[in-house]
Amino acid sequence: MAVNPFQHADSASSVSGPPSGGDYLADSIFRIIALSCAALIVVLILYILWEIGGLALPAMAQHGLSFVSGTTWNVGTQEFGVLPEIWGTLYSSFLALILGGTFGVAIAIFLTQDFIHARLAAVFRTIVELLAAIPSVVYGLWGIYVVIPMLRPVAEWLHSELGFIPIFGTELSGPGMAPAALVLAIMILPTVAAITVDAFRRIPYKVKEAAYGMGTTRWEAILKVMLPTASSGILAALVLGFGRALGETMALAMLIGNSNQINLSLFAPANTLASLLASSFPEAGQIEVQALMYAAVVLLLITLIVNIVGLGIQQYTVRKFEGKT
Amino acid sequence: MSATAEAMAPRAAAFSPIGDAVIDCQLQKVFYGDFLAVRNSHVPIEKGKITGFIGPSGCGKSTVLRSLNRMNDLIPSFRFEGHVKYHGQDVYGKTVDPVVVRRYIGMVFQQPNPFSMSIYDNVAFGLRLNRYKGDVEERVQKALERAALWKEVKDKLNKSGLSLSGGQQQRLCIARAIATEPDVLLMDEPCSALDPIATRQVEQLMLELKERYTVALVTHNMQQATRVADTTAFFGVDISGGGRTGYLVEMGETRQIFQDPQEELTKQYVSGEFS
Repeated sequence: MAVNPFQHADSASSVSGPPSGGDYLADSIFRIIALSCAALIVVLILYILWEIGGLALPAMAQHGLSFVSGTTWNVGTQEFGVLPEIWGTLYSSFLALILGGTFGVAIAIFLTQDFIHARLAAVFRTIVELLAAIPSVVYGLWGIYVVIPMLRPVAEWLHSELGFIPIFGTELSGPGMAPAALVLAIMILPTVAAITVDAFRRIPYKVKEAAYGMGTTRWEAILKVMLPTASSGILAALVLGFGRALGETMALAMLIGNSNQINLSLFAPANTLASLLASSFPEAGQIEVQALMYAAVVLLLITLIVNIVGLGIQQYTVRKFEGKT
Repeated sequence: MSATAEAMAPRAAAFSPIGDAVIDCQLQKVFYGDFLAVRNSHVPIEKGKITGFIGPSGCGKSTVLRSLNRMNDLIPSFRFEGHVKYHGQDVYGKTVDPVVVRRYIGMVFQQPNPFSMSIYDNVAFGLRLNRYKGDVEERVQKALERAALWKEVKDKLNKSGLSLSGGQQQRLCIARAIATEPDVLLMDEPCSALDPIATRQVEQLMLELKERYTVALVTHNMQQATRVADTTAFFGVDISGGGRTGYLVEMGETRQIFQDPQEELTKQYVSGEFS
C-alpha cells in the first residue's frame, strides 16, 4: 500500500485522494489475467507443435528431408514424399490469392470510396461477410455440382485453342486445380475484403481532403493516395487470406482430385497437404499416421513461414510509408 | 434579390480592392442540407496579397475559403448560390470540373496531412499528377527551399513524410502545394496545430510566398492576421434567423480593420470583447 504524500494538500475541502487498496488489487489481478491469457496462447501453440512433432518423430527420423523432396506416396512400399502436395498447396493458394485478393481489394474500394451510399455499403459488407459463414463442405458440393460443369466448356475451349501454354496444357477431367482455386478464392474473399475495408476506413478524412485538394480525380485519389496509405493493412489482409487458403481442407479435398502430381496445368488434378491429411487419416495404419503427422508439421511450417514473411513485409511498408519505427 | 434578403444583407460598405482581384467571390447563400451556413458576402481576393479571414467560430470563414476551390463539393449536402469568378470564369459554372479548379487554386489544411509516402514523392505528387515534363528533381528542391524545409530534409528525401515533426509536416504540405506553382494558395488555419516556433516559420513563409502567389488565409488568431495579412475580412455570426448564419461584416486593409473599424461588431471583436 502506497503512502499518500499529499494528504495535507492545501484545499481543506478537496475530495482528491489516492486509489484505495482494492483499486490497486483489481489493477494487479487484471494484469495477471491478461498476462496469463497471452501466455496461454504461446503455450498452446508450443504444445500443439510438441505433440504433433512427437508423433511425427519416427517418420522424420526414417525419411528425413527426402520426405519433402519425394514425389510418391505409397503405403505398400512405405515410400512417403509430399513434394506434389507442397506444390499443390502453394499453387492453389497462390491462384486463390490472385483471384480472391484482386476481388477482395476491389470490393473494399467499392464499399469505402463513396461509390454507394453508406447504408447500402453496410448491407453489401454483411453479405460479403456471410460468405465466410458458409461451411466448407457446402462450398465443396457447390464446386462439384456447379463450378466444375460450368468450367468444363471454358476449359475445353482454352485447352484446344491455347493448349500450347503450360497452364492450359491438359484437359479438365473433373476435379482439378482450376475449380479448387476458384472456390478457394471465393472462400478467402470475405477475409481479404473485410480487413481491407477496415484498412481503408482507418485512413483519416484529412488524407482524402489532401488528395482532392491537389486536384486529383477520384481514381487518382484512390490509386495514388488511398491505396498506398492502406497498403500495410491490405498486405495484412492478403497474408491472412493466403494463410486461410493454405490450411483450407474440406472443399479442397472434394475438388482438387487428390492426385499426386506436379503439373502447371490449371485443369490437371492435384493434391494439397491439408486434403492429403483429411483423405488419408481415416484408413491410415500406424506407419502412415506417422508420415501424415510429418506432413502436418510441414504444413504448419509453411503457414508459419508465410505469416512471418508477410508480417515482415508489412512491417517494412509501415516503416517505409508511415515513418513509424 | 428579394426584399427580405435585402433587409438581411449586411450593412458593410462594399470593399473594392485597389489592385486586381484574382478571385471575386460573390456569395449569396451557402447551405449544408437545410442549414444556411453563410449568406451575402462579397469577398474579393487581391492579386499578390495576403487576404486574411477572421471571425468567431461558426462564422463561416472556412466555408467561404473552401468554396473558392470547390473543396466543399466533397460534402454531399453542400450547396452554393452565387458565383466565384476566377480569371473571369465562374468556378461554379456548369462546364467547370472542380478537379481543374483545385489544380490552379492550391490548398493547405488545418492539420498537416502529408501522404504516406516519401518526402520527395509528397512534393513531386502534384508535378506527376500534372504530367510535368521538366526536371522534377529541380522543382522538388525549389519547392522545399521556398517552404524553408530543404536544409532539414535534403539528406532524407526518401524517408516517409510522416516521420517529420508537426511543423515540418506542415511546411512539407506547403511545399507540396506550391511545387506546381498554383496561382492562388488557400490556407485554412495552417498554424493551429503548430507550436509558436513553427508558427513563426510558417508566417515568415507566407510573407515570402506572396511575392509569387496570391494567398487567402483563415486564422483564428487576430495577431496572426495583423502580422501577415494585407487585407482582412471579418466575418460575424447572425443568430437572428434562429440558426447560426455567417456573413461578411467588414472587409478592408488590415490596419483599418484593426485600428479604425467601421462596424460596431468589428470593433468589439478586434478589441477582444468576444471571440
